[in-house]
Amino acid sequence: MKIWHLVTLLIVFSFASIFLGVTDLSPKHIFNLSETQQQVLLTSRLPRLVSIIIAGASMSIVGLIMQQLSRNRFVSPTTAGTMDAARLGILVSLMLFTAASPLQQMSISFVFALLGTFVFMKILEKVKFKDAVFIPLIGLMFGNIISSISTFIAYQNDLVQNMSSWMQGDFSMIMTGNYELMLISIPILILAYIFANKFTIAGMGEDFAKNLGLNYRQVVNIGLVISALVTASVVLTVGVIPFLGLIIPNIVAIYQGDHLKRTLMHTALLGAVFVLFCDIIGRIVIYPYEIPISLTVGVIGSAVFIFLLLRRRKYGL
Amino acid sequence: MVKLKSVFKAYNQKKVIEDVSLEIEKGTITSFIGPNGAGKSTLVSMISRLISKDGGAITIDGQDIMHTKNNEMAKKISILKQTNAVNLKLTIRELVSFGRFPYSQGKLTKVDEAKIDEAIDYMELRDMQDRYLDELSGGQRQRAHIAMVIAQDTEYILLDEPLNNLDMRHSVQIMKTLRNLVNEMGKTILLVIHDINFASCYSDHIVALKDGKIVKQGRTCDVIDRCVLKDIYDMDIDIKEIDGRKICDYF
Repeated sequence: MKIWHLVTLLIVFSFASIFLGVTDLSPKHIFNLSETQQQVLLTSRLPRLVSIIIAGASMSIVGLIMQQLSRNRFVSPTTAGTMDAARLGILVSLMLFTAASPLQQMSISFVFALLGTFVFMKILEKVKFKDAVFIPLIGLMFGNIISSISTFIAYQNDLVQNMSSWMQGDFSMIMTGNYELMLISIPILILAYIFANKFTIAGMGEDFAKNLGLNYRQVVNIGLVISALVTASVVLTVGVIPFLGLIIPNIVAIYQGDHLKRTLMHTALLGAVFVLFCDIIGRIVIYPYEIPISLTVGVIGSAVFIFLLLRRRKYGL
Repeated sequence: MVKLKSVFKAYNQKKVIEDVSLEIEKGTITSFIGPNGAGKSTLVSMISRLISKDGGAITIDGQDIMHTKNNEMAKKISILKQTNAVNLKLTIRELVSFGRFPYSQGKLTKVDEAKIDEAIDYMELRDMQDRYLDELSGGQRQRAHIAMVIAQDTEYILLDEPLNNLDMRHSVQIMKTLRNLVNEMGKTILLVIHDINFASCYSDHIVALKDGKIVKQGRTCDVIDRCVLKDIYDMDIDIKEIDGRKICDYF
């Protein structure tokens, strides 16, 4: 797959995404928009498109960074407890400050996501399994423990319904005014690009990194901070999108190798294209209603995940 | 020159390296030999600052390794540990390029590219430079890693069991390359090696370790000695001289 294939797909799907929906809006109207159409375009369709692209690209890249740093191909925000911890953070922020601003919510969620990922990395260091598949299993269990704590707290405080809104990723509620927080991912992803070489070297192991004079701990910590920040911002605005950070980097690695400098753009683009595609499917299947993105990504993503697991020897994963 | 003075290391109060002092001259190959658990790898890892020491001093060309910037040390000394641990899908050229990281921090200059080409040619990897590491045989992978170390262009090169998992042909090939690096490029090489015949035939100096202490160090011909080897390995080893080289018959 070439980079321009992905760019073309991204453009095609973007157009489809903008012109798909209950309010009639088609390309022929674009130079002659009625007031309603203009409003729908600017407050709903475009924000939705932007948030899908950012969520898809950034969650995939976070998965890629986590996989390199943990040296395990099956680690991602979904399989390392990062998402569950971020959600617990949002819940805690809701309880501590009844009227928490999005930024406050995100800060607390970020701290929790960071802590959760950090604990998971510590577990990884302690448990040395020969088989790579055990690691995500431990991560999933760890995530479920955090998740059940969240549910318990939410149940005690009548917040179960609020919580389920972050349980399921959903773009249908995205509108001007409630997605801007996600833009924070853009500078963070640029930072990730600058650090790409260092992440790859860190991914070769501590000894390898030290030999080249790299401050291993520092690079790993920067990677974890980036992962937690991006995850927190996405979970807060869109909700949990499962498997994304897991499958996209692995698909790219199959045809593009593991050097971050070469895979970052592909991963970002494929992630965006994949989420756009899933979102469009979710909007068509029971039109005029919608299936939440976490469901479509979950169904397609888990199938791809199983496929990757079964074929991993062949692809050298 | 690498100098160790009363170096000491313990894990949970168990001493693994005790009062080791030695000096390694420039432009030589020094082999560390000894039974399993003698502390060879630990010692080499300490010299290359992968693990910290608990006492004593290690200096390289007069600079204390712990008080020099990581990046500066990475231009002076490199270490190659067992290479089958790498599980990333990288091409040979990408791996070799990492050797230039201490100089360029990832943004390769023309000089870096030239050094990379040179290293790849030196290890005769030109034809396969774009192949992924996981598609290579053990010998090829080892050569790729050595090419990376050559690209890193350090005066001192440390190798921890470079012949592990290699067949005879590749072992000889690697050892000849190391000898050439010393003779042609003036490198100083320290290696941990199990096969005492390889140590005997290719190194200038040998340091024999047992239970974390130096049993004997000196020129190869002095260490490869019936009494010394008996002391280290608890084995009666017959030493025969063939074409001026001492060969140990321990079978």
